[in-house]
Amino acid sequence: MSFPLLTATAALPAIGAVATAAVPAAQRTAAKWLALLVSLATLALAITVLVRFDPDGARYQLTESHAWIKDFGVRYDLGVDGIAVALLALTALLIPFIVLAGWHDADPLETGSKRWRPTQGFFALILAVEAMVIISFEATDVFVFYIFFEVMLIPMYFLIGGFGDRAHEHGEKAASTQRSYAAVKFLLYNLVGGLIMLAAVIGLYVVAGNFSLPEIVQARANGSLHMATSTERWLFLGFFFAFAVKAPLWPLHTWLPNAMQEATAPVAVLITAVVDKVGTFAMLRFCLQLFPEASKWATPAILVLSLISIVYGALLAVGQRDIKRLVAYASISHFGFIIMGIFAMTSQGQSGATLYMVNHGISTAALMLVAGFLISRRGSRLIADYGGVQKVAPLLAGTFLIGGLATLSLPGLAPFVSEFLVLVGTFARYPAIGVIATFGIVLAALYTLVLYQRTMTGPVKPEVSAMPDLRARELVVVAPLIVLLIFLGVYPKPVTDIVNPAVKQTMTDVHKTDPKPSVEAAK
Amino acid sequence: MSATVVHSLWTTAADPISKIPAPKIEYGQLSPTLIVVGAALVGVLVEAFVPRKSRYYAQVFVSVVALCAAFAAVVALAADGYGTTKAHIAAMGAIAVDGPSLFLQGTILLAGLVGLFTFAERRLDPAAHGNRVDSFAAQAASVPGGDSEKAAVKAGFTTTEVFPLLLFAIAGMLVFPSANDLLTLFVALEVFSLPLYLLCALARRKRLMSQEAAVKYFLLGAFASAFTLFGIALLYGYAGSVSYARIAQVVDGTVTNVDPALANTMGNDALLLLGSALIVMGLLFKVGAVPFHMWTPDVYQGAPTPVTGFMAAATKVAAFGALLRLLYVVLPGMRWDWRPVMWAVAIITMLGGAIVAITQTDIKRLLAYSSIAHAGFILAGVIATSKDGVSSVLFYLAGYSFVTIGAFAVVTLVRDAGGEATHLSKWAGLGRRSPLVAAVFAVFLLAFAGIPLTSGFAGKFAVFKAAADGGAAPLVVVGVISSAIAAFFYIRVIVLMFFSEPKPEGPTVAVPSPLTMAAIGMGVAVTLVLGVAPQYFLNLASQAGVFVR
Repeated sequence: MSFPLLTATAALPAIGAVATAAVPAAQRTAAKWLALLVSLATLALAITVLVRFDPDGARYQLTESHAWIKDFGVRYDLGVDGIAVALLALTALLIPFIVLAGWHDADPLETGSKRWRPTQGFFALILAVEAMVIISFEATDVFVFYIFFEVMLIPMYFLIGGFGDRAHEHGEKAASTQRSYAAVKFLLYNLVGGLIMLAAVIGLYVVAGNFSLPEIVQARANGSLHMATSTERWLFLGFFFAFAVKAPLWPLHTWLPNAMQEATAPVAVLITAVVDKVGTFAMLRFCLQLFPEASKWATPAILVLSLISIVYGALLAVGQRDIKRLVAYASISHFGFIIMGIFAMTSQGQSGATLYMVNHGISTAALMLVAGFLISRRGSRLIADYGGVQKVAPLLAGTFLIGGLATLSLPGLAPFVSEFLVLVGTFARYPAIGVIATFGIVLAALYTLVLYQRTMTGPVKPEVSAMPDLRARELVVVAPLIVLLIFLGVYPKPVTDIVNPAVKQTMTDVHKTDPKPSVEAAK
Repeated sequence: MSATVVHSLWTTAADPISKIPAPKIEYGQLSPTLIVVGAALVGVLVEAFVPRKSRYYAQVFVSVVALCAAFAAVVALAADGYGTTKAHIAAMGAIAVDGPSLFLQGTILLAGLVGLFTFAERRLDPAAHGNRVDSFAAQAASVPGGDSEKAAVKAGFTTTEVFPLLLFAIAGMLVFPSANDLLTLFVALEVFSLPLYLLCALARRKRLMSQEAAVKYFLLGAFASAFTLFGIALLYGYAGSVSYARIAQVVDGTVTNVDPALANTMGNDALLLLGSALIVMGLLFKVGAVPFHMWTPDVYQGAPTPVTGFMAAATKVAAFGALLRLLYVVLPGMRWDWRPVMWAVAIITMLGGAIVAITQTDIKRLLAYSSIAHAGFILAGVIATSKDGVSSVLFYLAGYSFVTIGAFAVVTLVRDAGGEATHLSKWAGLGRRSPLVAAVFAVFLLAFAGIPLTSGFAGKFAVFKAAADGGAAPLVVVGVISSAIAAFFYIRVIVLMFFSEPKPEGPTVAVPSPLTMAAIGMGVAVTLVLGVAPQYFLNLASQAGVFVR
């Protein structure tokens, strides 16, 4: 038996989480280093997966299969396709930066009980989330996916509710109340989504008799498994609802601004750049493949919802006074693009959507982490409290600008490529929707540039006059992300090469072909 | 008188006697129950003859040995194949020795053992006058707050009678799910109910509340028993027998050798419907299903917490076992009559328990309403009327009982000057004071909420799957909706423990003896094992899923 590489990639952070949690209370720094090392080792494993993955090989590679719960028809089946590999790499890549960025976020304020170990808990929870996210990208068994999709809510919930920004405009007590409100809102939304999905998962079992994604897809393709139209639609809706809450799609998005606003910046990155990707990924992997007919049936409605997400998220981002809320609404707009790309049912659209997931992860991480550094210096999240920062902290302002420009999809930076692909892919089939979605880009320029202008330019506010520039640790966090943004903006081929074959497969599964160009190519 | 006359006298006198066959009792197969009953009787003798100082140790020893021996007997019977191939009806048709019986008996015995550990805990309350005390009243007969109570406390009395009472209750519970005729069912019901009424009244602190709880439980329980008995009478009137097999035949219409009296009553469906409805009602009372749940919150709150934990776990196991057997063995022929009713009961139980729990402010009442919601989930599995339905219910009960006992054991640890601090506001910030205890309680709450990788999820999945397979998809949808509602209040407690600031005068967490630690540790272990690797236990439950008829 070969080395279970995929299991190891998920098991390593899981073990690391336990080990980090077990570090004695006094050895806080050791816990931090341990978490960082584990996340880097996980990255190394993820790179091994990337290297060993052959984009033109079998559909699912590096597969592992073990009996788990026979009575439920559940097998511990892992396997990655190109889309999963890309997101796996993204996750493993971002976690070390999140750990490093959150280095001081969980230092205990006052000495509580001797056994109260917030720092250890913080880093252990981050690693636990990483393990669960990774395994949900790898699972090819619907039940296994469901379990980790659902259980990752718990560490996430503690991360949101237990750790917040140091400074808060209404004092620590109000902050703690708002934090737990945000955490509960996050959990309830996602738990309800997950439980609705549970009903659909059970329904799928009743219909199909097992949970293996490849087997069910094959059985449906060769006709040995018949699903009544109405059953398929109900099951699709059950799955899609959960993913739409997670992604999040308008009108199920309202938990995200609260959660991102109250969580510390690294945790906000974890939510939007890593955890939410499971939702959009699962739409591609499970909704489309398991329920192709129902997906096509629901496409118009979903496209309209994602269009609303794009425009609504962008509009609300323009109106925000809180930096983190602004990034949250911008993310909602971007998730609209991703979902639109997936359901446009063209290969450009889906490749673009997958690429978008990766690029959005990197660009949001860059923007949000720099924003976090900014907020921790001034102790306020309000845009109005800043001004002229670029004069006192040019590095900080510069990296913030690049992160912002990536968010508005400036050509030359990575998100441009994906946004372009999504729009092209959508336009090919639904021109009107493609046209309206383009307004999202215009609004993105507005909210990003206004944010930059208000915080970074203009006269230096007295409160920020003594603001230190980025420290070495912070530079280590931001610089690689920016290099990646530029690299993938100029040369996205490495990612698209991995993703494209998997997207083609998915397109075949839903029996869709790209529409013919309406203008004949010049001979 | 000649010898022949004497001889003929003998034979004529002996003749009618020889027509009554001596009952054939399979002692080996009944040994789990017999061991527990025997130990309970020994416990009564210990109460009478052993000096007061050493009674506690003697009682704990006897009880632990008895429960372990009885469990070993269950395992031996199961290993011998009595759960599967050799399943049959013992003791002249009174007791069924089959898969569900043995599985539930094993569960009850383990739950009883863990419950016993919490009963025997003597380190939580501060020592009174130099004597270690447990959760039970110094002298049950003394008036709360009166002089005799003070004298009893001062003398260091403890109510060691709780151990034999517990054993009697367990013995009744062992018979209850395996009873194979209606009279045995009723006797078992009373045998386990009466000690529980008593145990409820024995709290050391808040004695008036405890006595109130006991009276409520007793009165309502007596009503429920009366209904059951009335139902038994009607069903006997219908079928002319109290034996499950015979009644089932009459219901199915497959009965042979119909005598004129039976032929007369057999067609009378009113007797059948009323009788079975009343018996089912009595059982639904015991499982705490809406609308027969009214006693649950008050009794759970007032009873001494170890008793609450034991009762919440073991009573449910026993009563669901009896309900399953009744519905699957006696009344499968009238499935189409009882299914709609049970559908309605399951739906209102799930929703009612979950919704009312939201407004609770006392942790014990909260857990009481949550146990009602769980009864609803289990009913969804009962309704499946399939082998999968039986085994899913068995599995759910096994997982649920350990979570319940563990959760109530944690409740006993959180204390302030007035004893256990059960008001939720006092639990604020517990996670900062005692991260470990709060984390353990969070695990139990997550298991109640049915979060994956806990036994709660595996159980919920099993019953919902069985229900969906049995064509009860709407029930599954209601189930997940009420799970979502229920999740809200479990999470509320977690928020309170971890995200609220601790109050300066908040409760402390007592350091328990290894007994309570063992109870809690076993709860956590079972919760995680059944959540992560449930296959072995699902196998066991599915092997045990067939009733002997």
